[in-house]
Amino acid sequence: MNDPHAKEGMSLIVKTVTRWLKGFLLLYGAYIVLYGHLTPGGGFAGGVIVACAFILVFLACGAGIGHRTLGRLAASELDSAGALIFTAVGALGIALGGVFFRNFIRTPPEAHFRLLSSGVIPVCNIAIGLKVGTSLFMVLAILSAVHVAVKGGRRRMVRRREDKS
Amino acid sequence: MTILAALLFLMLVGAIIAVETTNLLSAVISVGAVGFLLSIAFLFLGAPDIAITQLVVEILCLVILIRATISRDLTAVSGEREFFGMVVGVALVVLVALAGIAAFEQFPPFGEPVMARFPDDAPSATYLAEGLDRTGAANIVTAVILDFRAYDTLGEATVLFCAILGALALMRRRARRQRDGDETEEGDAA
Amino acid sequence: MIYALCLMLIAVGLYGVVVKKNVVKIVISLAIMEYGINLLLILVGYRAGGHAPIMEPGASPAEFAAGAVDPLPQALVLTSIVIGLGVLAMMVAICIRLYERYGTFDITEMRRLRG
Repeated sequence: MNDPHAKEGMSLIVKTVTRWLKGFLLLYGAYIVLYGHLTPGGGFAGGVIVACAFILVFLACGAGIGHRTLGRLAASELDSAGALIFTAVGALGIALGGVFFRNFIRTPPEAHFRLLSSGVIPVCNIAIGLKVGTSLFMVLAILSAVHVAVKGGRRRMVRRREDKS
Repeated sequence: MTILAALLFLMLVGAIIAVETTNLLSAVISVGAVGFLLSIAFLFLGAPDIAITQLVVEILCLVILIRATISRDLTAVSGEREFFGMVVGVALVVLVALAGIAAFEQFPPFGEPVMARFPDDAPSATYLAEGLDRTGAANIVTAVILDFRAYDTLGEATVLFCAILGALALMRRRARRQRDGDETEEGDAA
Repeated sequence: MIYALCLMLIAVGLYGVVVKKNVVKIVISLAIMEYGINLLLILVGYRAGGHAPIMEPGASPAEFAAGAVDPLPQALVLTSIVIGLGVLAMMVAICIRLYERYGTFDITEMRRLRG
């Protein structure tokens, strides 16, 4: 109750349900990403689901708690990490296989339909999921951080939180 | 086939409502309805990957549209462009529709994929037949986007990065502070 | 028939883009156009009675390849949907900038206020 951000956001019911749901949403997103090479899904869908989990916290509990769950700096670092992993996998394809984005880990036929199969594809899926999820969270945080207010006959962008007080 | 036609008809109705209604909030919600119907249509077309992606992207799209634009003070929309612009616009739409109908003569009949035209050397047929052996991924769509055609995905990541960067650059305030001088300073302090 | 309905969806989006005055309406119409084009690409790859291009254990590759829908348009549309979301976010940012500059979403008003 001493939390300065405790009054932000929506009602107590929404916040409680969000606290319960966000773990399940993250779990579901991680499942979709990790099993992308076996079942429908993959890095894109799973990444957007992960972004939805963070955005739910962001919208229900306000920007303060939302940024404590995933800060803007951490989001941009994870975004860059996803892009770096993806290009590094591509570059390793040159080093080990001779071609950019070569799948340099061969999969024996008896390993099909297992979680740990199909070479670099799960790694790429995780990288894409990180990239898509964090960048979409960032764009929503940026878009909803400011809004236009009329002050003294002039319009300018102000931070939402300052405007409320 | 009938279900698909019904879904498409509903999507069409939703699209017309979204374009024609005067309330911005109902327009955004109608777009959401179109997107969810599209997701169901993808399920019927044998594309569960796309159905999942479309579903979650639609949710995020609605959140962005509502959060960023609807909370402005004006939600009602008034009228169309003046008469001349409207006539030119409708003429353009009719022209594009005629061109599309002309293009459909080249399309395969519905229910027959394009790859059936090249029974021996279609790339899709190769992906389907040898995808599991060559990549080890049971989901052939994932095998295509992350192994056979990973350049596409790299380009996609670049485009997404550029779009996010553009949104960031548009929304930041420091550049305006340099240009406008003192006025924005007090706006920040407020 | 199905192709014609899909083309009508694209045409409705195009009509909204060229005729409407409100910037947010134009963004919404572009989104509708994008849906129509994605659906058209998937329809081109559809095989009547075909199943999803996801293998199950025990299926023979030749049999699977004869009955699955085309995976290539699906892969393209998958990237296209996510790019569409990024582009939509950027368009919304431009809308907010325009509103801050002109105080309205109406493009004809913007033309008058320029100067």
